[in-house]
Amino acid sequence: MQVTVLYFARLREALGLGREQVDAPEGVRTMGQLRDWLVARGEPWSGAFAQVAPLRMAMDQEMVGADALLRAGAEVAFFPPVTGG
Amino acid sequence: MQEITAGWLVRVQAEDFDPGAHIAAMTTAGSGAVVSFVGIARDLSEGRQVGSLLIEHYPGMTERSLADILRQARERFGLLDGRIVHRYGILRPADRIVLAAAASVHREAAFDACRFLMDYLKTRAPFWKREEGPGGGQWVLARDADEAALARWSGEPDRTA
Repeated sequence: MQVTVLYFARLREALGLGREQVDAPEGVRTMGQLRDWLVARGEPWSGAFAQVAPLRMAMDQEMVGADALLRAGAEVAFFPPVTGG
Repeated sequence: MQEITAGWLVRVQAEDFDPGAHIAAMTTAGSGAVVSFVGIARDLSEGRQVGSLLIEHYPGMTERSLADILRQARERFGLLDGRIVHRYGILRPADRIVLAAAASVHREAAFDACRFLMDYLKTRAPFWKREEGPGGGQWVLARDADEAALARWSGEPDRTA
């Protein structure tokens, strides 16, 4: 399914990319599986994701866990733990 | 963006804000207490001199997240009014970063709510700080203490205070 993926902060910097459209294959059903599929593409995703642990994620601008089910057309985001305030 | 009724306010902005003006705007009929917190950019971080602070954010999700935190505080503490203002962009030491404020009938709810707002926004609102200094730049790491602070809010609040 098609989703928009956003990256922020140190993850965005390591990837050299803030946003991309992806077409995830049928087996990719959760946020965790999407992350794994991105990492499996190799560099720069494999190196970048390895640098950011723990990893936080959001779908349609709500924080979600790795087991959250992907929705077609969703805006998803991956980022390090937040440091505002 | 989450619905905020009149009098409640969430702002995510690059510009500086006037805490006094915001507090003055919050005195509403019935309130006996307004408690506020201002977060300020420090010049020293873990022994390193900080030249400037870059605050990155997730446009759209920041406003939504802060509005949700404010709504939770309103429901939990029975607040009469509340607001959060958070800046992004390039800030210098001594610049104001964030205002969190709560108004209630009696002071206990306002004090507790203000703390709740800060504990939640520090762990849930999508902002990230990067410190730039003479030694180069680096992303601030999240503190375990901030996540641990959330534990004080589990369990039912005492609304009779």
